[in-house]
Amino acid sequence: MCTYSTELVEVRASAKGAAGWFPATSASVYVDHPVDFPAGHAVMIDVLNVARGAHDRVGLEMDARSARLLAEAILRTLDSVPAGLLEE
Amino acid sequence: MVRTLRSEIATSFIELSGHGAESIEVYVATVAHPSPRGGVVVIHHLPGFDEGIREIVRKFAVMGYNAACVNLYYREAPGASSDDAAAIARAQGGVPDERLVGDVAAALAYLRDLDNSNGRVGVIGYCSGGRQTVLAACHLDFDAAVDCYGAFVVVGTPEGSPFNFPALTPILADLHCPMLGLFGADDQYPSPEQTSELEALLAHAGKNFTAHTYEGAGHAFFAVDRPSYRPEVAKEAWSEVADFFDIHLSA
Repeated sequence: MCTYSTELVEVRASAKGAAGWFPATSASVYVDHPVDFPAGHAVMIDVLNVARGAHDRVGLEMDARSARLLAEAILRTLDSVPAGLLEE
Repeated sequence: MVRTLRSEIATSFIELSGHGAESIEVYVATVAHPSPRGGVVVIHHLPGFDEGIREIVRKFAVMGYNAACVNLYYREAPGASSDDAAAIARAQGGVPDERLVGDVAAALAYLRDLDNSNGRVGVIGYCSGGRQTVLAACHLDFDAAVDCYGAFVVVGTPEGSPFNFPALTPILADLHCPMLGLFGADDQYPSPEQTSELEALLAHAGKNFTAHTYEGAGHAFFAVDRPSYRPEVAKEAWSEVADFFDIHLSA
């Protein structure tokens, strides 16, 4: 099924796409039919800079377990660094 | 020298003036024969203007129709790969309904103006294109429409969604042509309850609507390059499409 279920978040990041590094401004997280990943549905993440155009994009397609592991790893990493090391 | 025995179809990417007189890219497959024939506008799914949808355009030409599909994401991402373009379009909330109608109108006019057009043109769309097919058929003078598992027809997208696709129930009374609906019993977008509601609403409005809900199939059962593909169901459903267009798009 095509859920249209999409979360959009603003980000301040650098991402490396097909044409090199670019300043990323948003990320879309959604569940849909993947383009390449061999499954009926996948968790999809697009890191984008909409203003710069479609060529500046990093796409990820993964299964649910991988998405949870990734999300948990990000949160664990953030919790483990000394307070004040990273700008919020 | 090689002698051509028979010309079949010709394909090209053309530029048309779409909604707001803006340039749009359209993939066309036309039949290289002067006898009058119908046309089919194909509306692609949310993942974009990809090779799968262009194969469907060519299939309609092989079936004897002139066919055209608008790249609905051309404005956001001209020349981009279909997946990159879809990512940008998704991040911007998808295609506004008004723009969709204007772009599809351009493809409809193009097909009707072809030298070998019999003046009759149908529309078919898949996934989000299914909803957009209903939308287009309520606004434009198509001769037939086929909604393939379009969600958010009888309910709109939920609050908080980046998409703003309102329910089409207020305009269903404006449906201009006979419509065929092809759905999967295991689909939830749209659910069988929603497609039953669509059937009831259109019957109440006195519209010509036939729906088929296939057991053992979910969303995107036509998509040959995805695990959702259900060959037996797709074959049967293609036969329904062929019969439906044969009835309504013949001269």
